[in-house]
Amino acid sequence: MIDFNSTFKIALRSLRVNKMRSILTSLGIIIGVSAVIIMLSVGEGAKSKISKDIASIGSNLLMVMSGSTTAGGVRMGGGSQPTLKLQDAEAILKYCPSVAQVAPVVSEVKQLVFENQNWSTSVYGVTTGYMAVNDWDVDDGRTITEEDDKNATNVTVLGATVVTNLFGDLDPVGKTIRIAGRPFKVVGILKSKGQSSMGQDRDDTALIPLSTAQKKLFGTAFPGTVKFISVQAKSTEDLEVAEEEIEALLKERHNIGRNKDNDFTIRNFTQMLETIKQTVATMTLLLGSIASVSLLVGGIGIMNIMLVSVTERTKEIGIRMAIGAKAADIRMQFLIEALLLSLAGGLIGVVLGITIAKSIQLFAGMTIVISPIAVVVSFGFSGLVGIIFGYYPAYKASLLNPIDALRYE
Amino acid sequence: MHLIEIKNIIKTYQTGETSFRALDDASLTIENGEFVAIMGASGSGKSTFMNMLGCLDKPTSGSYFLDGIDVMKLNSDELSDIRNSKLGFVFQGFNLISRTSALENVEMPMIYKGITPEERIVKAKEALKIVGLEDRENHFPNQMSGGQQQRVAIARAIVNDAPIILADEPTGNLDTKTSVEVMEFFVKLNEVGKKTIILVTHELDIAQYAKRVVRFKDGKIISDERKSS
Repeated sequence: MIDFNSTFKIALRSLRVNKMRSILTSLGIIIGVSAVIIMLSVGEGAKSKISKDIASIGSNLLMVMSGSTTAGGVRMGGGSQPTLKLQDAEAILKYCPSVAQVAPVVSEVKQLVFENQNWSTSVYGVTTGYMAVNDWDVDDGRTITEEDDKNATNVTVLGATVVTNLFGDLDPVGKTIRIAGRPFKVVGILKSKGQSSMGQDRDDTALIPLSTAQKKLFGTAFPGTVKFISVQAKSTEDLEVAEEEIEALLKERHNIGRNKDNDFTIRNFTQMLETIKQTVATMTLLLGSIASVSLLVGGIGIMNIMLVSVTERTKEIGIRMAIGAKAADIRMQFLIEALLLSLAGGLIGVVLGITIAKSIQLFAGMTIVISPIAVVVSFGFSGLVGIIFGYYPAYKASLLNPIDALRYE
Repeated sequence: MHLIEIKNIIKTYQTGETSFRALDDASLTIENGEFVAIMGASGSGKSTFMNMLGCLDKPTSGSYFLDGIDVMKLNSDELSDIRNSKLGFVFQGFNLISRTSALENVEMPMIYKGITPEERIVKAKEALKIVGLEDRENHFPNQMSGGQQQRVAIARAIVNDAPIILADEPTGNLDTKTSVEVMEFFVKLNEVGKKTIILVTHELDIAQYAKRVVRFKDGKIISDERKSS
């Protein structure tokens, strides 16, 4: 056997001689590797985005909503009939052992005015539990306190979007704004959360004490009702148990018979997002598999061109054998050629894949996570493809008889 | 010990039902330092004999000892080694590797011998100097004349210090003037370089350069003449 360096040089030279052909042959691998990397990066990005969403809506969250009204056979949407009361929320916290915290909420879209600026946003009447249940933090100032709720004070905590629209660069804490004509003192700013996975701006919000909302701001025909109750279960495993406990409790409290429709709905957001996450993972796997098929096709391209190359260079093989090359030397030469084609393709593919993935992030604003495993695996796979599909042509070359090979024209 | 000792070799080619005897009981002994021309019409078996001599093919039966080695017992890897170290080939069609410089062509036998790159370059340059092509190192075969290409091939044949040079119609593709030049090279290699040269040709004036002429007909050796000089 001859030394690797010399074989490598011989292989490299014959690839250089047929530059165009070498590039075109590698193209299959380049496309395959970059496609695998792009697909997996986009998929990983989507998964991490959803994970962040799950964390930001608050973990282990259930949402109990009021049921729908039926007027003359027309059923209105969920929440249109306010059946949930503040006491329901208190009862849930008290009687459901799997529940850690509750946050009853009323909300309406109202106009906010500061000096000559105005902005309409969803105003939420909340209790102290709201911040923890929904994973909100204040950036500046303070939150709504129990004291605020008890005294129905006119204070508000604003989301980042509202602050930008009403105050511009001014510091809003301590300023007074008007919500639906009533003066409210801004006591805090919420830490920005950005968009939800549904594309909703979660920073476009204003929080006020629940009692203030119920008594002073939102006129309602059903006093004491809330729009929905956010419930935090003790753990992810407790979510389903909590759901059952709440359903049983509310059925009892609302006097709903065994076979009657509930006048409330319970939604499990965490579970919903987990399902989406799983779907995305499946999609990623599927797209990755499709992309790796193109790697396989690239490998067949390499085998094809190597077979042509062996036939074309039959005479060269004969000469080499006549002057002392062994079968193993010839085999190694062609195998290394195939491997060089596939690894060079793999390397370019990795660079191209990462570049394209990054530009998707830059121009389409998608979350992209380039996983090192995807890069290593797809590059390794390209090498494997080179060995597998390069072996047969190399083996065929090494089987040539020197006399026949020399006579070949 | 003889350098080459061939006894009763037979080579049969099988094509379908019919078999053809390309070599029919040929025996030949060649000593170190000889310059032998092998002559014969086409189909006489001289090329087949040359392939046997060059360890490119094995006879169907008979015995062949090269420098004391029993060639009949070697496997294909060992045959490669023998070709590499004991034999230098010069072909009618030059058989240089295209798009590869003269220097790299001459280097090639040394690559398969496992000589280090540094030593290879030195020896390849030396060999090219011997054939008078030291200024053509980086030329590709298609940039050289036939005579120059054949000289590169000769450089390649001698670079591994093989004791035997096998030349198969080396002047077949060359004009008369270049043929003379090339043949004078072989004479010099034989007389000064002390190489054993075995030359296959069908041209009488080329065979004149040799000291011994062996004639083939129908796979048999029909005459073996030594020049008295």
